[in-house]
Amino acid sequence: MRALVLALMLLGTPAWAVQPDEVLSDPVLEQRARTLSKGLRCLVCRNESIDESNASLARDLRILLRERLVAGDTDAEAVAYIVDRYGEYVLLNPPARGSTWVLWAAGPLMLLLAGGVGLVYLRGRARTPGEEQAPLSANEQARLDDILKD
Amino acid sequence: MARHRAPPYGRRMITELGHFALILAFGVAIVQMVVPLVGAHKRWPGWMAVAEPAAGAQFALTLLAFGALMWAFVSSDFSLRLVVLNSHSMKPLLYKISGTWGNHEGSMLLWVLIVALFGAMAAWFGGNLPPTLRARVLSVQAAIGVAFFAFILFTSNPFLRLATPPFDGQDLNPLLQDPGLAFHPPFLYLGYVGLSMTFSFAVAALIEGRIDAAWGRWVRPWTLAAWIFLTIGIALGSWWAYYELGWGGFWFWDPVENASFMPWLLAAALLHSAVVVEKRESLKSWTILLAILAFGFSLIGTFIVRSGLLTSVHAFANDPERGVFILMIMAFFMGGALVLFAARARALEAKGVFSMVSRESALLVNNVLLAVACFVVFIGTMWPLLAEMFFDRKLSVGPPFFNAAFTPFMVMLGLILPIGSAMPWKRAVITRALKPLRYVFVLAIAIGALAYAIQSGRSLLGPLGLFLGAWIVMGTIVDLWGRTGRGENRLRRLGRMPRADWGKMVAHAGLGVTMAGVAGLTAWSMDDIRAVPLGGSYDVGRYTVQLDDVKRSQGPNYVSTTGSVTLLHDGAEIAQLRPEKRFYPVAQMPTTEAAIDYNLLRDVYVVIGDEQAGGGWVVRTYIKPLTNWIWIGCALMALGGLLSLSDRRYRVAAGAAKTKQVPAQ
Repeated sequence: MRALVLALMLLGTPAWAVQPDEVLSDPVLEQRARTLSKGLRCLVCRNESIDESNASLARDLRILLRERLVAGDTDAEAVAYIVDRYGEYVLLNPPARGSTWVLWAAGPLMLLLAGGVGLVYLRGRARTPGEEQAPLSANEQARLDDILKD
Repeated sequence: MARHRAPPYGRRMITELGHFALILAFGVAIVQMVVPLVGAHKRWPGWMAVAEPAAGAQFALTLLAFGALMWAFVSSDFSLRLVVLNSHSMKPLLYKISGTWGNHEGSMLLWVLIVALFGAMAAWFGGNLPPTLRARVLSVQAAIGVAFFAFILFTSNPFLRLATPPFDGQDLNPLLQDPGLAFHPPFLYLGYVGLSMTFSFAVAALIEGRIDAAWGRWVRPWTLAAWIFLTIGIALGSWWAYYELGWGGFWFWDPVENASFMPWLLAAALLHSAVVVEKRESLKSWTILLAILAFGFSLIGTFIVRSGLLTSVHAFANDPERGVFILMIMAFFMGGALVLFAARARALEAKGVFSMVSRESALLVNNVLLAVACFVVFIGTMWPLLAEMFFDRKLSVGPPFFNAAFTPFMVMLGLILPIGSAMPWKRAVITRALKPLRYVFVLAIAIGALAYAIQSGRSLLGPLGLFLGAWIVMGTIVDLWGRTGRGENRLRRLGRMPRADWGKMVAHAGLGVTMAGVAGLTAWSMDDIRAVPLGGSYDVGRYTVQLDDVKRSQGPNYVSTTGSVTLLHDGAEIAQLRPEKRFYPVAQMPTTEAAIDYNLLRDVYVVIGDEQAGGGWVVRTYIKPLTNWIWIGCALMALGGLLSLSDRRYRVAAGAAKTKQVPAQ
């Protein structure tokens, strides 16, 4: 039984994220490769970058990326090379091109909108004096005081 | 192995009783939904009074059903389909228990159990609510229960039987067999479902057509409790990911994580706006809208996890039919509540008048920032779907987007926090509010600059995080100290400050600590990957890692490969680490158990990998600065919430027992 389990274990062991044999000897190139691979998606995984992923496809992509860097590609060229082959789905950080600018602008636009509405509201609050008197009935006021007392 | 026999008759009876109790609870919930609502409308006290015993009965029956399911898991009753799919007779007891909710059906049962629990608590502690409001709150809460009971009974029944029980089960996903993760889902559900209580209060108030300071006070404890549970649940999940997934990531911006983060952001906004309703009777309709949306995002979270619409590492047991059902529940509650809101919101006249510069407006800015941050997370999570539907583009939105698009709002929030919290209500003079903070600001800038000077890179993230952390922590302390007035006995007065003030200070400081931790970890972590021969050693920064030995051994339901690693700092031994790799044969899955040397300033994180063909083992080493600040900050936030919750003014039953007590003041 135990031998069987051990055998299964050896068969079942996954490849890990970046393996020692992938690491480039030039630390500067390796650092660039690590940074770039954090922004590239492992295509067969759910929401993992190739830097983190254990999948063999991710390993292939890591090696491919390093080959491009060793061949002298700039960061942009190496990424473009991979995007050409795997589509923009591979980018974890969608560039603000075409319809994607909506995604990038959504936050700032919403802040402007919400800020504007808030400002209008604040001006309204600041300009309506005389509403301070509570239009509560005596009964309600008594109950409210009762609750707020302690 | 083949010791299995058919479960005795009595044990099977318990399962049947659980199933029956669940159906009965569904019936009770329907009664609780209809009768008090009609009663409140017609002012019939007898009908309204049905709500309280019904809420108790609904909770007791659901508890019985949940207990029966847990019993089936603990006793390994493999005549239940769910137990076969998610358990194994050799699994440790803790994970047999947590296995009850480690699957879709069981977790939905836990979900309704908590809905019923909150309803029962509102019934028991809600003695001081006006009778009509109380009846309506319990009725709305029961409606939520009805929807989810129907969902469970018709699409995800945990009590389904197998005609021929197998000898053993298929085991729980090994990743879930961990103490941290065992308690992550219950806390999250307590949080999600806690927001159902706020939702019920909001809808009941809309039906009543009035909201006053007292409403703000009643709703706050529920929001606070939900927010505390969400904080703990999210922190547990994040901590688990950190030590379990094997490379020390703590947040992945995964759709399901986002699904828990969005309600947290809105609950935080709601906490602050409910203060304005309570103290100043303003921001009423906005607060109601937030209460509706916060629960809406909880439902969206459920929908995302269960439907499989967005794939994620968390997705379990997803099924389009269930997705459609949850979508219908969501459409009904959100649509209904928002229509009611549109019809009634105008009636919610604001009363308080305040100037542009005041605590009210600062809290409004807080709400705008939190809500917009939530919106950014929402659109980022949904964008891959939207882009494919409308623009025919298949793209990914991952951590780099969220880090860039979300962080600025948190930075702004951190910048205004100490200023806003130092402002008085109604009308503030900005220079007076800033005056006590100027030294704090200078000191915080100095800390950030120091960090910039001693770090090796030129990244601004780390220094910015430390600056914000110092600014918030010191600012909030100075603020509390400033409230003790002048002259003698300030320390004594500090001790006598209301718990809510202490809670505010502690929770805000927690946010600052977490921000500093996140920034420090992200900016300054180091890693090293290499193949190490047995007995070999290597340096990472000022640390030396030495691989002494690697052993294989057998665990209860897994086999383990454990390394013995000695960690040295400047040549002196500081720790013995045991990084472990497990393999679960039944589920055919490996897991990593990283060995971590914890420290307040840094973690040293060691992971053992595969044996290499040429001898030796792959070892990964990470130096992760300030990591523990993230969890300490979360713990402080939760503690601050608890302090606030324990303030006698905000007690759930505040005012209820008043007739029996002599007022303290």
